[in-house]
Amino acid sequence: MTARVGVVTFPGSLDDGDAARAVRIAGAEPVRLWHGDPDLHGVDAVVLPGGFSYGDYLRCGAIARFAPVMGSIVDAARGGLPVLGICNGFQILCEAHLLPGALTRNQHLHFRNRDQVLRIEAVGTAWTNAFQPGQEVLIPVKNGEGCYVADPATLDRLEAEGRVVARYVGGNPNGSQRDIAAITNEAGNVVGIMPHPEHAVEALTGPSLDGLGFFTSVLKHLVGAPA
Amino acid sequence: MPRVVVDVMLKPEILDPQGQAVANALPRLGVSDVASVRIGRRIEIEFTGEPDLDRAREIADKLLANPVIEDFTVRLVEADETADARS
Repeated sequence: MTARVGVVTFPGSLDDGDAARAVRIAGAEPVRLWHGDPDLHGVDAVVLPGGFSYGDYLRCGAIARFAPVMGSIVDAARGGLPVLGICNGFQILCEAHLLPGALTRNQHLHFRNRDQVLRIEAVGTAWTNAFQPGQEVLIPVKNGEGCYVADPATLDRLEAEGRVVARYVGGNPNGSQRDIAAITNEAGNVVGIMPHPEHAVEALTGPSLDGLGFFTSVLKHLVGAPA
Repeated sequence: MPRVVVDVMLKPEILDPQGQAVANALPRLGVSDVASVRIGRRIEIEFTGEPDLDRAREIADKLLANPVIEDFTVRLVEADETADARS
């Protein structure tokens, strides 16, 4: 049976279309979820896409966190549902306290848009099991508020528990502490990533096909997971 | 009717690039005696009934501020003070 992966659209989401396309290219069925509808329609995993939900008012992700769909996603994520937050989705996961830390203004204050090399360091998560440890991938990064910050104790814990999923290589585009580009929760089912794997799934539009691994990973994870 | 004013500031240990950019622009105005600038956010809340500081604190903690990176203070201000409350 084809896995069904939900992609949430908030007011101001931009990359929901590309995320749904990436899900389809990976071999799953994308299911569009709406911010105002708490029903997850029985999906097997969820992607929170990039964009500027609720205009990024107050703080990025701060208002989206209280959308009706998010209550269901937070509950399901605590129960093991795989959730991938990309860019604004990562910000929402931090605001919802599914992931520690926060994302702040890029240190140099410039919006950064470029193809970025990442090193995948944690391959035990639901979204990265298709990669090799230490594998370098090329994925677009585009953000104004992508600077990952957390207190030193939290950063040390993330490192000690192998929860730094990916780091920037060849230059840190936003000043993120310890070059962190992606992290995961304790259980490994929730991953937040600043760069955009959904933009690197087709030769026509992406700098590589490296992003596809995130979406094929979750399919592998779902096949292996108990029903 | 009094209003509740919530001031939200980045924690001291969190880098404030906006404040730094402003501070770096001051010499162009001929100002050379400013050591640092920090930028925060001021929110004014008007309740339908009596202002409720505890409720305002809850709103600030859950939504207006992100306690991971920000601190906040909550205080009561008379309505006619809010326009020029520059304490």
